[in-house]
Amino acid sequence: MSTTTEQITETSKADTEHHHGPAKGMSRWFFTTNHKDIGTMYLWFSLAMFMTGGCMALMVRAELFQPGLQFIEPDFFNQMTTMHGLIMVFGAVMPAFVGLANWMIPMMIGAPDMALPRLNNWSFWILPFAFSIMLMTLFMDGGGPNFGWTFYAPLSTTFAPPSVTYFIFAVHMMGISSIMGAINVIVTILNMRAPGMIMMKLPLFVWTWLITAFLLILVMPILAGLVTMMLMDIHFSTSFFSAAGGGDPVLFQHIFWFFGHPEVYIMILPAFGIVSEIIPTFARKKLFGYSSMVYATSSIAFLSFIVWAHHMFTVGIPLMGELFFMFATMLIAVPTGVKVFNWVATMFRGSMTFETPMLFSIAFVVLFSIGGFSGLMLAIAPADFQYHDTYFVVAHFHYVLVPGSVFSIMAGVYYWLPKWTGNYYDERMGKIHFWLSFVGINITFFPMHFVGLAGMPRRVPDYALQFADFNAISSVGAFLFGFSQLLFIYNVVSCIRKRNQASNRVWEGSHGLEWTLTSPPPYHSFTTPPKVD
Amino acid sequence: MQTEYQHYYVPNQSYFPIVASISLFCLAFGAGSFLTAAEGGGDFGMILLFMGFILLITIIMNWFVTVAAESRAGLYSPQMDKSFRWGMGWFISSEVMFFVAFFGALFYIRIFAVPWLAGEGDKGVSHMLWEGFVNQWPLMTTPDPSLFKGPEKVVDPWHIPLLNTIILISSSLTLTMSHKALKLNNRRATSLWLALTVVLGFTFLYYQVIEYHEAYTELGLTLAAGVYGSTFFILTGFHGLHVTIGTIMLLCILVRILEGEFSATKHFGFEAVAWYWHFVDVVWVGLFIFVYIL
Amino acid sequence: MTKNVYFSVKKQLRLFAQLWVIVLLFAVSKANADWQLNMREGVTEISRAVYDLHMVIFWICVAIAVVVFGVMLFSVIYHRKSRGAKAHNFHENVFVEIAWTVIPMVILIGMAIPATGTLIKMYDSRESDLDIQITGYQWKWRYQYLESGVDFFSSLATPMAQIKGEEPKGEHYLLEVDNPLVIPVGKKIRFLITANDVIHSWWVPDFAVKKDAIPGFINESWTVVEEPGIYRGQCAELCGKDHGFMPIVVEVKSQPDYDAWVKQQQLAQLEKAKSAEKRWSLDELMTTGEAVYLKSCAACHQASGEGIPGAFPALKGSAIVQGDPAAHIDIVLNGKPGTAMQAFIDQLSAVELAAVITYERNAWGDSLGDIISPSQIAKLQQ
Ligand code: HEA
Ligand code: HEA
Ligand code: HEC
Ligand code: CUA
Ligand SMILES: [Cu+2]
Repeated sequence: MSTTTEQITETSKADTEHHHGPAKGMSRWFFTTNHKDIGTMYLWFSLAMFMTGGCMALMVRAELFQPGLQFIEPDFFNQMTTMHGLIMVFGAVMPAFVGLANWMIPMMIGAPDMALPRLNNWSFWILPFAFSIMLMTLFMDGGGPNFGWTFYAPLSTTFAPPSVTYFIFAVHMMGISSIMGAINVIVTILNMRAPGMIMMKLPLFVWTWLITAFLLILVMPILAGLVTMMLMDIHFSTSFFSAAGGGDPVLFQHIFWFFGHPEVYIMILPAFGIVSEIIPTFARKKLFGYSSMVYATSSIAFLSFIVWAHHMFTVGIPLMGELFFMFATMLIAVPTGVKVFNWVATMFRGSMTFETPMLFSIAFVVLFSIGGFSGLMLAIAPADFQYHDTYFVVAHFHYVLVPGSVFSIMAGVYYWLPKWTGNYYDERMGKIHFWLSFVGINITFFPMHFVGLAGMPRRVPDYALQFADFNAISSVGAFLFGFSQLLFIYNVVSCIRKRNQASNRVWEGSHGLEWTLTSPPPYHSFTTPPKVD
Repeated sequence: MQTEYQHYYVPNQSYFPIVASISLFCLAFGAGSFLTAAEGGGDFGMILLFMGFILLITIIMNWFVTVAAESRAGLYSPQMDKSFRWGMGWFISSEVMFFVAFFGALFYIRIFAVPWLAGEGDKGVSHMLWEGFVNQWPLMTTPDPSLFKGPEKVVDPWHIPLLNTIILISSSLTLTMSHKALKLNNRRATSLWLALTVVLGFTFLYYQVIEYHEAYTELGLTLAAGVYGSTFFILTGFHGLHVTIGTIMLLCILVRILEGEFSATKHFGFEAVAWYWHFVDVVWVGLFIFVYIL
Repeated sequence: MTKNVYFSVKKQLRLFAQLWVIVLLFAVSKANADWQLNMREGVTEISRAVYDLHMVIFWICVAIAVVVFGVMLFSVIYHRKSRGAKAHNFHENVFVEIAWTVIPMVILIGMAIPATGTLIKMYDSRESDLDIQITGYQWKWRYQYLESGVDFFSSLATPMAQIKGEEPKGEHYLLEVDNPLVIPVGKKIRFLITANDVIHSWWVPDFAVKKDAIPGFINESWTVVEEPGIYRGQCAELCGKDHGFMPIVVEVKSQPDYDAWVKQQQLAQLEKAKSAEKRWSLDELMTTGEAVYLKSCAACHQASGEGIPGAFPALKGSAIVQGDPAAHIDIVLNGKPGTAMQAFIDQLSAVELAAVITYERNAWGDSLGDIISPSQIAKLQQ
């Protein structure tokens, strides 16, 4: 209430007069309204969470290296599994995509910044606070969340440790952050395009993010509603999830997966976008089937709302429901297939080179498809009775998430890093990082298919003897993959520091508005909109 | 698509976002410790919760005041105005989805869960566990009355709820009248209609409080009264919360009108609140039909 | 640009090939060891149908993968810039785009037909010969034979010392129970599956039966097992701390053997009731009590009686345990609804209950010296 009109007019005049760079010191990061600064913060935050979640996964893998209880108690094991899932999904993958969106969308559509810059900063800063609450629960009496990242009631309500209340509020905060971030993306794309940048010219990364943002707006509030019901059941004696009062524990699962299934596509659609940018660049050929890519993405998004119960084939859904959800789920293979075929057709008869981003993208196409195939097997309801809640499912979703989402993020970072920093990264180290990751990931997650089919349930700290060999291999792979990420961190940090001036176009085959800016780009990208023809 | 170049205002550094995040942290952590504290340890949580709340309100007020001042200073182009419109529109969509979760729960329980527990439909075998339980809605007797005692009576839709429906629908009309008047630049009529809307908003809330009081003291309809009470209170409760917020926002708009703000052509703040109010109204109609009548 | 490509493509491909050779060698050398890689066919008609379905879909996916990745590998090898490939300029083709939408669609329909048939069969639980109610508890199963009245609990039999690595692990490590479920061969058994506290899931891979146990609701499933034998499975839904330690063992017996087993069970139940009438000394109760405590209570309250702060209360020094026996008996017999403390009135015999309560009141150094007699409990059980 202290700010007056005059003050504002003055400061903003000063603002436009000498076009300035970032503010000095920490205030740059705390108070910024700049999409690049905010994007950078998102990416660093995501990396920190990736390391945290990854270390938890390594603890899980260490315990599973051999049968028997070695290092950690079963209850703590469950906390590690749960926190690993939550942190990777909400703390590592989603913020990384938002970070890339922040950096790239304004530059790709020729806008000066995101549409609502202050809101943008708020979306980011909620996250560190939400995750500090989440991590603090680990140190409370009774421990942190130990009920799986899907937190099914009543294990997460009546039978949960007291810290679940903090967990609920942390989820609320993440929800607020995601919704505001999504609103910002939608408004930016719909309202801030440079003249001539019609929708059907938008780069695919922008398109996929637009659709992702719609998914976020439609499903994050559902999650908020769900945890609110949990809160009521725990503290205000309602009975949503208790049959004794007329409720149903399965209601929880329906609402969760109505959110949860679109959520997994939230984690893959931007990845599709990134790969669709990179493959044409290094194949030196236009993307095959641009418009069918757009329609395929939209169909996937639409279908994602009517398949949720494929996670619940064994909860005892009536036959008709079971059949409906089986058919709807299988349908998703069609638009996803269109995307895969388009990528292959783009490479076909191109003139390819294999820099690190391209290597990650090619690996993405292959390994994501493998994950997709196992997804399709899971979609066959009668067969899912055997697969459900075994390591086969764990193998499926790690194939779509790690060499899927995470590889695409790494591809995107390598691809745009020279643009962001103005320096080339070390290509040789990038390639070594790629090959170690590629090998590590397959050693870790491929054997999980076998133990899953052989009957090993997931979320167990100990297992029968016949699963021992493959688990040992998995664990070795996990450590290999985990430690090779140190190369990535080293490469990124040294790229920021060293001088190895990158050109504006960076890559021979690059195309699009972001490459018309200098490397690194000016603090305010397009203060006057470029002309797009 | 704008054809000519317009300067898009990118605000300077701002301390609002980070302070607002800190206040959310205090709110969440405070509420957490307040709710989990066993006997008497809740003071710390209460204080933190309260501090977070005050801080958040202060920041949001400041934030809006700044935005209004920037707008008055002529920093906002029509493109900026459009950003705000899209933003508000999608925010309201997300609010709609929040209610969809609760309505979905209500439908699922009525169509599937309760009939199954009572031995009807595909999973009627479940009745083995709850002998004597019958399917009815409103659910007066729960499957296990020793844990969740059902309500004795339920709210009669044709008294307070009907009255509240009339009140809320009229408030949407008076708000539209006020908007019309503002567009015609008739500021006196604008403020009168708006004041009437605020009064209707408060009246609605007043009746809602009466209704809740009756439910608890006379009808035995409480949060703990089984799933009927649960769905009833979560839906009407969150709606009531939205009416409260809406009424406060209307009041702020009224003050700004009286202070001479908003012009006949530029009054996005007014419109945003009006959209919000209409949304709250539509949700109520859904509630009236599905919670009270059917 | 792209000058800073230190690694030639050839080198990368060679490295890749070498790695695969290593992996293959490794796999071959292990081939004789019995590594189970695939789903088991099982011992029922349904489980074989599921297995066939699994294999068909798997091979279809492999075939599609070979085609798609084959084309890609071809491009990677032949359409490389280093080989002088020039980029062609096509980026649309309505015909192929329609083709690769329609063909997968047809393949999917082909998969959906057998899947639907199998699913319909699995859902037909009518006309059963024997009904068994299965209830999941934190962390054990209860089996109630609805016709013969046989009713017992089944929990993990692997000793803690094996789990902790203090003893060598047995052949059926973690897959062995004290009282297996016993069913007759060749009969249609209907399972009525539910839970007492949280959600569990009853899974025996050899039957291809996996159904969640939802508290307050009943799910149906069924099986007809063709060969006598012992089949093992596990709980397949995260149900708390000891989710990994609640196995399932099913013994399938010939009809006469099964009938004899039922008889014997009924007799044993009568015997148990009788032993409550005997006089028990403090020492006897303490020994029995300790065994019961370790088996039924220590998972939560811990062997030391100290519990887990924030999750399970300590019994050592607890006001209830130190106070009026009536309250103590009440909470053990009836549990506390809405918490993890379950009712033990049906789970344990009068002797076991009396023993465990006596044990709690006298163990851990705070000995009250009082005896809860089995006959007292037996009265409450009626
Ligand atoms: C990025 C995340 C992501 C993605 C993209 C997917 C994609 C898919 N998923 Fe996955 N899934 C998860 C993340 C993801 N999933 C997670 C996290 C879980 C576990 C949650 C938990 O329980 O903790 C899960 C679990 C899960 C289940 C439940 C398993 C169970 O618990 O029993 C099922 C069942 O139907 C399923 C199916 C599918 C299908 C059909 C796809 C499809 O979209 C895949 C489509 C792709 C292809 C098919 C490949 C390419 C296509 C072609 C080359 C065309 C030609 C192909 C054919 C005609 C076959 N998934
Ligand atoms: C995007 C999501 C994502 C990602 C990236 C990962 C990554 C990994 N996950 Fe994943 N995982 C999930 C999502 C994800 N996971 C989900 C949703 C579940 C289900 C949870 C549930 O059941 O509720 C799950 C469950 C899960 C399980 C099953 C647990 C169980 O059922 O009991 C296992 C077991 O092996 C596992 C392993 C791993 C490993 C080894 C990695 C590795 O890829 C991680 C490698 C990364 C690092 C190691 C960090 C980076 C390393 C450095 C920066 C170097 C510094 C490190 C050191 C010095 C150690 N995960
Ligand atoms: C699955 C977990 C679990 C098992 C197994 C279990 N308990 Fe408990 N028990 C609890 C919990 C949780 C409470 C606390 C209930 C509450 O909130 O008051 C409790 C409370 C108690 C109390 C009251 C303690 C107090 O001071 O409030 C006694 C006595 C008790 N249990 C005895 C037993 C006995 C005897 C057994 C075995 C025969 C047993 N419990 C098995 C979880 C368990
Ligand atoms: Cu019972 Cu898992
Ligand atoms: Cu899904």
